[in-house]
Amino acid sequence: MSADVVDEAVPPVTVIECPTRLDFSYTPGVAQSRFLRALERGEITGQRCPKCKKVYVPPRGACSMCGVATEEELVLSGKGTITTFCTTQIPSPGLVPPYVTAWIRLDGSDITSMFLIQECDPAEVRLGMRVEAVWVEEADRKADLGNISYFRPIDEPDAEYETYKDYV
Amino acid sequence: MRNFKRPVAIVASASFETPSEPSRNEVELLLPVIHDALGQVGLTQQDIGFTVSGSSDYLQGFPFAFVGALDAVGAWPPIRESHLEMDGAFALAEAVAVLQHGHVDTALVYAFARPSRGDLDRTLSIQLDPYSVAPLWPDARGLAGLQAQAMRDSGRFDSVPEVPPTHVADGCTAVVLAVGDRARELTKTPVWITGIDHRIEAPALGVRDLATSVSTRLAAESAGATDVDAAYLHVLYPHQELLLRDALGLNGQPVHSSAGPMMVGGLERIAAAAKAVAAGDARRAVAHATSGPCLQQNLVAVLDATAVLEGAAA
Amino acid sequence: MSNRVAVVGVGQTKYAAKRQDVSIAGLLREAATRALDDAGMTWADIDAVVIGKAPDMFEGVMMPELYLADALGAVGKPMLRVHTAGSVGGSTGVMATHLVSSGAHKRVLVVCFEKQSESNATWALSIRLPFTGGSVTGAGGFFAPVIRAYMRRANAPDDIGIKVAVKDRLNALNNPYAHLKLPDISEEMVRESPMLWDPIRYLETCPSSDGACAIVLADEDSAKGTPNPPAWIHGTAVRSEPTMGAGRDVVNPHAGRDCAKDVYAQAGITDPRRDIDCAEIYVPFSWYEPMWMENLGFAAEGEGWKMVDDGSTSFTGDMPINPSGGVLSSNPIGASGMCRFAEAALQVRGMAGDHQVDGARTALGHAYGGGAQFFAMWIVGSEPR
Repeated sequence: MSADVVDEAVPPVTVIECPTRLDFSYTPGVAQSRFLRALERGEITGQRCPKCKKVYVPPRGACSMCGVATEEELVLSGKGTITTFCTTQIPSPGLVPPYVTAWIRLDGSDITSMFLIQECDPAEVRLGMRVEAVWVEEADRKADLGNISYFRPIDEPDAEYETYKDYV
Repeated sequence: MRNFKRPVAIVASASFETPSEPSRNEVELLLPVIHDALGQVGLTQQDIGFTVSGSSDYLQGFPFAFVGALDAVGAWPPIRESHLEMDGAFALAEAVAVLQHGHVDTALVYAFARPSRGDLDRTLSIQLDPYSVAPLWPDARGLAGLQAQAMRDSGRFDSVPEVPPTHVADGCTAVVLAVGDRARELTKTPVWITGIDHRIEAPALGVRDLATSVSTRLAAESAGATDVDAAYLHVLYPHQELLLRDALGLNGQPVHSSAGPMMVGGLERIAAAAKAVAAGDARRAVAHATSGPCLQQNLVAVLDATAVLEGAAA
Repeated sequence: MSNRVAVVGVGQTKYAAKRQDVSIAGLLREAATRALDDAGMTWADIDAVVIGKAPDMFEGVMMPELYLADALGAVGKPMLRVHTAGSVGGSTGVMATHLVSSGAHKRVLVVCFEKQSESNATWALSIRLPFTGGSVTGAGGFFAPVIRAYMRRANAPDDIGIKVAVKDRLNALNNPYAHLKLPDISEEMVRESPMLWDPIRYLETCPSSDGACAIVLADEDSAKGTPNPPAWIHGTAVRSEPTMGAGRDVVNPHAGRDCAKDVYAQAGITDPRRDIDCAEIYVPFSWYEPMWMENLGFAAEGEGWKMVDDGSTSFTGDMPINPSGGVLSSNPIGASGMCRFAEAALQVRGMAGDHQVDGARTALGHAYGGGAQFFAMWIVGSEPR
């Protein structure tokens, strides 16, 4: 009955590997689906809340502040203002550090979205900087936010702090 | 739990279920159902004192699934809110406890799930002991089969049905609760929760008698589930109804069993029972919710047309 | 209207990057048995068990209350599982308090945990949904822009975050359970550490820890005769706001301000800086200390950084923040909020050992989660209220 004896010389098993694979399909939803189809056409669309009148990009089919469905759709210019940003110094798949991700308030919208900033020295990126979307080649466009490769600076004066400070 | 200091009633509810929702996301699924429930009693989110939900990240396929769903309620100005990674029935139990305090008179409870997006049978395997059982990937239907066989082997049941494929459905349920006079203001037919409790059993199937539901019986005793004239049971596989009838001491009363969408089904049974009592189809009903493999965890709620508080002063 | 509730037991595990000496259940039991010992109770004395943790994908166990039921002595009892993102440690404490204050239960065991080494938390957080593009790396990638916005808004000097990073690591040296122990920590060492997400440096971030934290809550009768002094819960509050809400302020969230107001009102606190003796707050990135000083009303808007700059928040300052070393020193994600609540309780019980704040009688425990849209807080005191 030697099984009762703990053999100190045998190291304990502290880790077992149990790979888990679970597959899911993902449903973006009615509003986001329309948004993705617009991206395929090279357009950025938003939805306006019928109650507070604020414009959401990307639209999720509801104003999360008012808890009401949003239906009115509008096309945005693809230009916007950097309200804040971060320079990442660690590698990420497909990105060479340092690279800048910025919170951008698209003109005509009331919420920021996070995008990559390129065609610009990271040290040059600043709050209030005006930027525009750069799209992938028309032939490569899909129903995917990846259609927008990144944003780049445009030749416009920086926005006044007062105009974007509340969009963080 | 019973003998509440403040009587709590279900004043409204709404549910939606479909085998597989093709196009709407969780916000789009929830929004109309929550609006329906609140609208039945003329409330908006701003009137609600406490909001709590039940859902599972593993049924959505990504972490923090409940975070996006909160965008459906209109949480502005900021709300008192919580979330359980459990069936919405357990969230309702939390809401009943919160409503015992003086500062809130109403609560919104909701649950949602879209299990059709993944392989439910396989996903539920990772509810099991992560070191000794889950790596074997026993699926949910297989475990239910073990239970059905244990029932046959026990000789205590005349016939035990075969185990059908696991019910897969997408959907959501929203329930509005209110306290005492506030409930009476909101509806002519408040349905009072006179008792609610839940109990859990051991995870290892080998240490449980699978041919009985001890946790259901304990929860029913604590909730005071006697003298009911209808039962609304959360039954994932047909043989489990036999165990639940036994544990609840049901004896010829009409039994309404349903699985519903995983994480939603239990709350939906409570809502269905409340609708029946409000409509006068039942005077006092027992509702049940389950969680985990082979009825591991069970919740029992007693719903009554009158707010008789046992042990409370008349 | 509600019954008095006290914290009569606290138990923590040693926090570490990998606790491979214990299973998930073993980790929770380590914290739970210590909390029961502190409370002078056994498993049989407990009426209900509540667990809290962040996403199930961090360990790869779905709804772990099912697997943990017997390990935590819950068989035949009610058991619940809370998940409110990073605030979960706090909101679990709040919910468990409701179970006692409502009269539903007399003695409740609460355990929060994370065993990140069981799976890959970064992977779990990085599941990229189809169609979403995405260029954010880790939580730092989300919070760094918020910190930059705060620095601009408050005109804060660049070195405030560095000062917090040093202060919390010095405090951690006095906490036997702390994960990070950096005896030679200095401002220079933090400044020289790699910049990860500018303006966040490596040593301004929290570690990733395995660990569990447990508390035993008791009603007034059950709290009588426990071996150690109780911490009385003077107030609890939770608030949530939308994640993607047009017009929400991520730097100084409305939900945090409302939550603080609510919990102060319950506890009879009119001037938090005067009435509260110390606070354990959720600071996963150093700059969140000055930001929360403003959100919690300890400082006027734009002036939170001054409390760091003048040493007010240090262990010997007038408003010691995170005497335990805080999240910057130990971060078992799902338990991190409960650690804050538990450490606040230890302070008012006079049981915080080498990091005891002299004469602490009223303390704040604070947690936040998500993109700073979920908040949970409690105020505990040495005396019942």
